[in-house]
Amino acid sequence: MERAIKRWSPIFFLPTLLAFIIGFIVPFGQGIYLSFCRFTTVDNAQWAGLSNYQRALTDPNFGHAFWFTVAFAVVSIILINVIAFGIALLLTRKLRGTNIFRTVFFMPNLIGGIVLGYIWNILINALLSAVGEPLLKLNSTAGFWGLIILMCWQQIGYMMIIYIAGLQNIPGELIEAAQIDGATSWTTLLRVKLPMVMPSITICLFLTLTNGFKLFDQNLALTGGDPAKSTEMLALNIYNTFYGRTGPQWMGIGQAKAVIFCLLVVAISMIQLRATRSREVQQ
Amino acid sequence: MKKRTKTFNIIWIAALSVLCLAYIFPVVLVLLNSFKVETAISTSTTFQLPTAETFAGFSNYLNAITSQGFFKSLGYSLFITVSSVALILLCCSMCAWYIARSKGKFPKLLYFLFVLSMVVPFQMVMFTLSQTANKLYLTSPWTICIIYLGFGAGLAVFMFTGFMKSIPIEVEEAAMIDGCNPIQTFFLIDVPILKPTLVSVGILEAMWVWNDYLLPYLVLDRTKGYSTIPIMIQNFRGSYGKVEMGAMMASIILTIIPIVIVYLAGQKHIIKGVAAGAVKG
Repeated sequence: MERAIKRWSPIFFLPTLLAFIIGFIVPFGQGIYLSFCRFTTVDNAQWAGLSNYQRALTDPNFGHAFWFTVAFAVVSIILINVIAFGIALLLTRKLRGTNIFRTVFFMPNLIGGIVLGYIWNILINALLSAVGEPLLKLNSTAGFWGLIILMCWQQIGYMMIIYIAGLQNIPGELIEAAQIDGATSWTTLLRVKLPMVMPSITICLFLTLTNGFKLFDQNLALTGGDPAKSTEMLALNIYNTFYGRTGPQWMGIGQAKAVIFCLLVVAISMIQLRATRSREVQQ
Repeated sequence: MKKRTKTFNIIWIAALSVLCLAYIFPVVLVLLNSFKVETAISTSTTFQLPTAETFAGFSNYLNAITSQGFFKSLGYSLFITVSSVALILLCCSMCAWYIARSKGKFPKLLYFLFVLSMVVPFQMVMFTLSQTANKLYLTSPWTICIIYLGFGAGLAVFMFTGFMKSIPIEVEEAAMIDGCNPIQTFFLIDVPILKPTLVSVGILEAMWVWNDYLLPYLVLDRTKGYSTIPIMIQNFRGSYGKVEMGAMMASIILTIIPIVIVYLAGQKHIIKGVAAGAVKG
């Protein structure tokens, strides 16, 4: 059988591998190389050493985008996961209308980031004008919280589905046993349910973390970085460095930023996966 | 005790209902405003219902369809999503079979690279990827599925491989002893078992491709007028000058309608698919 697998294996992996080389391996490798170059297209690269990295790291806009992204990620991760878990707890109590609630809460996930951004742009601007505050274009505080609300609106439903699946996987005897031993519903939640849904928590944290850091569409559509780049997140900052400026130096700096960004996202998600995986219990 | 939980439940249902309404409200607001005439749309009047004077009928919708090319974008989006998802499902499940069933360093290395590509942000490769696509003439809606197969392979291969390892190898051995070659074994034995995973991977990839903005924006040849739905919506702001708010809101509603129809029709599968996909991840 192994011989047969070996003989036929190119048919199985070659199509994907070829596309993967075109769509990921070559661009990824070139991306790393070009971050050390000055260029305007892939073919006119000139070696520039570490100067791109130096300029990227000393760019105040990039630094601001970094802290803005971190603040956004922390607030949105906490809010999304706490609210989604709360709703999941309610929806596993066999309330009437559970199906309708689940359907509605999940719906925003299917609408793309750009469309969501404009829907909320209209709503938030209307609210701001009703209370006499400056509109999103001139209001970075509203921009920050607008992004948070938008991401909560979009992602709570998704995380809720994952938490519901986790909660439904807990064997009923376990909760019964806890109740017979005299545990209140609060201790049952903390000592039985939370440890048992740890795999779901790992996944949800991973998804909200990477989504938060990689956020681009919603940022572009809701605030576009206004006012004066103060609501620009890392992904949008990199995009603007590439395509918003002219001059051969900016492409290299943008690519260097992208490499830093990539290392950051990979490192953070690895650390998070390690940290939460170790808390998972065997069922 | 029982009475207390009952009143609690009623309170919770009420709270969830309010939250539900708040969830729908933004879309309803856009729907209302899409029926107003252009001059009546401003940030200070967003919350007002359209009146006899400001009611525009379906003129915004007509505008969205005729001058903004809504149906063209819809067609491209549909084609790109269907072709990319079909290609991803076919190629990645076969590739996952190879990774799960063969030994050695090469499949392991491949698997590692696929997993890595799931975490890497698109900005890392956006410039080099669009240039590569340009060089290989992959910049039309008919060929962009190859790019999607390359960049979207990570998640699909990862999920398929996880599931494939749970299929007992004895089933395949039996088929091969009966004279099936690996291709036949894969399509006749493994694919039927894989069906639920195929559905959930398909749903996850379709949600991504349909809503993706930056990849098609950078890869598609805009000089030939190719666009997708997210690109069309973003174009309202893209050009300088006044944004046609009425047409934009009508376009937003038009893009949401097919999504809602598909969602309500396939709700069970979609929610199950997402849950199953997450558990494997």
